[in-house]
Amino acid sequence: MPVERVSVTQAASEVIDRLRDEHGELMFHLSGGCCDGSSPMCYPAGEFRLGGRDLYLGDIHGCGFYMHADQFEYYKNSHTIVDVVEGRGASFSLEIPLGLRFLIRTHIFSDEELADVRPVVAAN
Amino acid sequence: MAYQRPEFKEQYENYIGGEWVAPIDGKYFDNTSPVDAGFIARIPQSNAKDIDLAVEKAWEAAATFNKTSSAERSMLMFRIADRIEENIEKLSMVETCDNGKGMRETLGADLPLVIDQFRYFGGCIRTESGSVTNIDSDTVSMEVHEPLGVVAQIIPWNFPLLMAAWKIAPALATGNCIVIKPAEQTPVSLLVLMEIIGDLLPPGSLNVVNGFGVECGKPLASHPNVKKVAFTGETSTGRLIMQYAAENIIPATTELGGKSPNIFFESIMDEDDEFLDKAIEGFVLFALNQGQVCTCPSRALIQESIYDKFMEKCLARVEAITRGDPYELSTMMSAQASNDQYEKIMSYIDIGKQEGAEVLTGGSAYKNEQYPNGYYIEPTVFKGHNKMRIFQEEIFGPVLAVTTFKDEDEALEIANDTQFGLGSGLWSRDVHQVHKVSSGIQAGRVWVNCYHVYPAGASFGGYKNSGIGRENHAMMLNGYRHTKNVLISYNKNKLGFF
Repeated sequence: MPVERVSVTQAASEVIDRLRDEHGELMFHLSGGCCDGSSPMCYPAGEFRLGGRDLYLGDIHGCGFYMHADQFEYYKNSHTIVDVVEGRGASFSLEIPLGLRFLIRTHIFSDEELADVRPVVAAN
Repeated sequence: MAYQRPEFKEQYENYIGGEWVAPIDGKYFDNTSPVDAGFIARIPQSNAKDIDLAVEKAWEAAATFNKTSSAERSMLMFRIADRIEENIEKLSMVETCDNGKGMRETLGADLPLVIDQFRYFGGCIRTESGSVTNIDSDTVSMEVHEPLGVVAQIIPWNFPLLMAAWKIAPALATGNCIVIKPAEQTPVSLLVLMEIIGDLLPPGSLNVVNGFGVECGKPLASHPNVKKVAFTGETSTGRLIMQYAAENIIPATTELGGKSPNIFFESIMDEDDEFLDKAIEGFVLFALNQGQVCTCPSRALIQESIYDKFMEKCLARVEAITRGDPYELSTMMSAQASNDQYEKIMSYIDIGKQEGAEVLTGGSAYKNEQYPNGYYIEPTVFKGHNKMRIFQEEIFGPVLAVTTFKDEDEALEIANDTQFGLGSGLWSRDVHQVHKVSSGIQAGRVWVNCYHVYPAGASFGGYKNSGIGRENHAMMLNGYRHTKNVLISYNKNKLGFF
């Protein structure tokens, strides 16, 4: 089994279940830039149009997790853990009306982990 | 001098058609202050129905407002500016309470810039004109400007009133009616502003609808009857906004952030004078607005030959930043805007440490004894290299990443090694170097021997992934209007084809 690039906490998984009950299948795209940049954005699957430069990093709790190639350049050595906190991020992410915000926590891969990490593939 | 938390109503409504209108489904959310995590007011949790109503009312108003004279619109801008100026202390206190930024900044920068924005566009719209060309002796071409009609605007939480002004002023100046949605973290200051300026505006020309992004922002951005969308925020929402605009075949302007380099060349240390003092302040400006600025100078590039001496002075200045009560004018750094932003910044401080960057100062939360429940973080300076995530991602907090360079070429290489291109700064006493480096930087704004100044009339916008469009300048007028070409022939003879 390769080392995964993304994972999810139990608390975030429970929020994903709540959102899936309401909205159906979901997807995540990691934002960049100002305000709510570098935050995992949760959308109904297919809502966000994935482009030729988006990458698929793996699944979290049954949802595809994607990132733009420009941003992935700096995530090659990072394991990304999707967690959830109380708060009110802006953006169109689905959890915000619940008074919750997904956020990422990070583990920098060791050399051994990097040798066996899951390869990324184009989103489409 | 100390100000205090202002008084608010228990509950606010949407401002639609010149009236305070309750959300159709009757839902509200609690707005809290990042200063102390305390309750401010209940805010409408609007949805597509409220957006539909606001767009409808905006179009009703557009029937007349689209046709108002430039003299009327110019006067409207000036009256709005005057009214804000009369209420500057109140609005500054409201902004401090809603956003967490200190009175030192709201009263000293945010609100004066809001006032300036309206006066600038009031002047622009009165003094500019379209153009007329004689194509040949019998043919006259007129380029005539017309407003788009009704436009949608979604604003961020880091400068709630100023970013609203950057979007509202050019849109109203060009005769458009607006439906605007403030960020859900900072909704109340624009509502208080509408209490103050509402009577000056033709009913329906400026409509404010509050709510969450997915419930309220998305229906606004994707609405079939808005003719343009303007957005400031991050890249995923920016792409969604442009995606919806593409579906409706309307223009979108977006400002999506940056990771701005601030470059310090060795000549700044040639003398120990007021300019060196200014450059040191330029380094410390990463802490302005607690780092929550799209153009935060969050990467400092320092020439190797001056690194030790310059950094000693800079770190001493960072450590002299005063903390305390955001309502006290002497307090230099205040609260982060929200709990989730606080958590995100702390996670990036953790990433910097894990990546092996060296903490030169700060690196932890700040305990504000007066407001133990607020969201406060120490100004933090890391030393590392440009491939680290803290050098590449906009943390949007008081976190500075410092590295060194040998010469101009290496400075430019590092400065441009980023997916963004919004702000940048360079500090030098050498005019030839200033020209070469400012030409080489791939960013929409290069501050030379200054930083974080935003006078109306100096365009602002991004290269690369930082977005599309230029605000804060007369050129944004054309972002809010059509150009109609009226081509007139005075020749009585036919073309001769048929």
